[in-house]
Amino acid sequence: MFSAETLQKFAREVAKYPADQRQSATMSCLAHAQEEKGWLPSEAIEAVADYLGIAPMAVYEVASFYNMYDLKPVGKYKITVCTNLPCALSGGYHAGEYVQKKLGIGYGETTPDGKFTLKEGECMGACGDAPVFIVNNRSMCSHMHPEQIDKLLEECK
Amino acid sequence: MAMLGSINGVLMEGLDGDNTWHLKDYVARGGYAQLKRILETKMTQEDVISEVKKSVLRGRGGAGFPTGLKWSFMPRSFPGDKYVVCNTDEGEPGTFKDRDIMRYNPHAVIEGMAIAAYAMGANRGYNYVHGEVWHEYKRFEEALDEARAAGFIGQNILGSGFNFELFAHHGYGAYICGEETALLESIEGKKGQPRFKPPFPASFGLYGKPTTINNTETFASIPFILKMGGEEFLNLGKPNNGGTKLFSVSGHVNRPGNYEIPLGTPFATLLEMCGGMRGGRKLKAVIPGGSSAPVMPGEVIMDCTMDYDSISKGGSMLGSGAVIVMDETVCMVKALERLSFFYHEESCGQCTPCREGTAWMYKVVHRIENGLGKPEDLDLLNSVLGNIAGRTICALGDAAAFPVQSFIKHFGKEFEYHIENKTCLVPKDVQWAGSGFHKIPA
Repeated sequence: MFSAETLQKFAREVAKYPADQRQSATMSCLAHAQEEKGWLPSEAIEAVADYLGIAPMAVYEVASFYNMYDLKPVGKYKITVCTNLPCALSGGYHAGEYVQKKLGIGYGETTPDGKFTLKEGECMGACGDAPVFIVNNRSMCSHMHPEQIDKLLEECK
Repeated sequence: MAMLGSINGVLMEGLDGDNTWHLKDYVARGGYAQLKRILETKMTQEDVISEVKKSVLRGRGGAGFPTGLKWSFMPRSFPGDKYVVCNTDEGEPGTFKDRDIMRYNPHAVIEGMAIAAYAMGANRGYNYVHGEVWHEYKRFEEALDEARAAGFIGQNILGSGFNFELFAHHGYGAYICGEETALLESIEGKKGQPRFKPPFPASFGLYGKPTTINNTETFASIPFILKMGGEEFLNLGKPNNGGTKLFSVSGHVNRPGNYEIPLGTPFATLLEMCGGMRGGRKLKAVIPGGSSAPVMPGEVIMDCTMDYDSISKGGSMLGSGAVIVMDETVCMVKALERLSFFYHEESCGQCTPCREGTAWMYKVVHRIENGLGKPEDLDLLNSVLGNIAGRTICALGDAAAFPVQSFIKHFGKEFEYHIENKTCLVPKDVQWAGSGFHKIPA
């Protein structure tokens, strides 16, 4: 199910916790699984459960509770826009509108070519750099004014 | 640049952005000297805790509980594993200070945690990092590798016989995990749903073992307290409000960012440090401690100093030190609508009053904002929030109720105007003028 590299990352995570607490690695294993697969199909959830030796439902509970896991396929680039109040005060709503117009999709939608998914997110803890986006859960983009948004979309090949 | 400004800065002094976070830089700044001193001189656990007590360091995550007192609750001689846990799950809207501490001074957190572990007899620790800040999580892991290689964490630290293993745990997007028992559940690999207290984590924490959880900034302050002595740290601030604190300023100021200032500094000074109001507009309101803190009218906070006691007297709370500044172009109904949505979205769903109540509060504020409000809606909101606050396992319910209560209290006229006139009191064409966002082409 998973590449040798991903399995290596799993092992590194499991090693952080006491030997009888493998379940603690659920969150990070799911994150690495999603990184490899692009999203979390139920086979991936079951495989993580199998790896950790816990019930698939326990892993599914985690996957469905935390916002950054994707239980449905997403575009190659998942762009999450923060519109929470501190960001909104500095243009978060506007930045969201701008990127929606540019891509021709709303929040929760994916472009027909499967390249972009847009999501509306909650506070990312970077309000001083508002408006902020996160691409693929990893890359925080600051001061997302039209020029920066144009540049970001161009860089997403 | 780490800080946009500071007065008598301690935590973030002498830093040069991304260039000075490595272990060698931290050591050159005098880092790890306190851990070394404690271990070499075999300082007693009581003496370490007493120094922290003297500093009157209060928890920097939001609750402001005295750190030294919290540490003294740990059953130090309890056999078996004991844990210290760092809460870097910085998701309180408006707060972005811990991210900068992790980016620019991660070793201060590590040294602070190691000292805390020593003082409380803990042998393992985790730093729970907010899911959205991946680069800071990776940097902290790198810093851990450096500290491990240098023998500052791990087994038999500096030959003293003291063992402390420390790891980073990465969250994945759940505001509720900033609540300490939800955070523990999350480290255990479960849904982040808060536990009923008591028992408190000091007796039944991570994996059921004695555990103490502190905020990132709290831990990062520890080495500096040990270095300058508790009393000197206290004197940086004002009585009962020891030390300097990081304030994350967002919203309608010219230079949003982090500022380290002594507790007790006038709000007006902080506003000045931020370059004043964007576009010279009038200050309308400030949320002084993250979105869960009650909103304060501009003229009230202009007379306050930035510390736990003054802000509390002014009718709010210092919380995490996240200062959200709003100018006269903000429609307070719209602002509250967004905050109410947040709490509804982030309620973990465990307690009925919070799960259902936050949904109702959002629904009612949303309909007022969209011209469908009814005359009885403000009473309805007050009744709903009264049935949430104090009736839930954790403080998220209270945190969701405070903004609604305070927005209606101080800006009730705007809500009434909305209900009567089906539109904002602040004219639509000037709303968000302070956002600084370039006009969207049609």
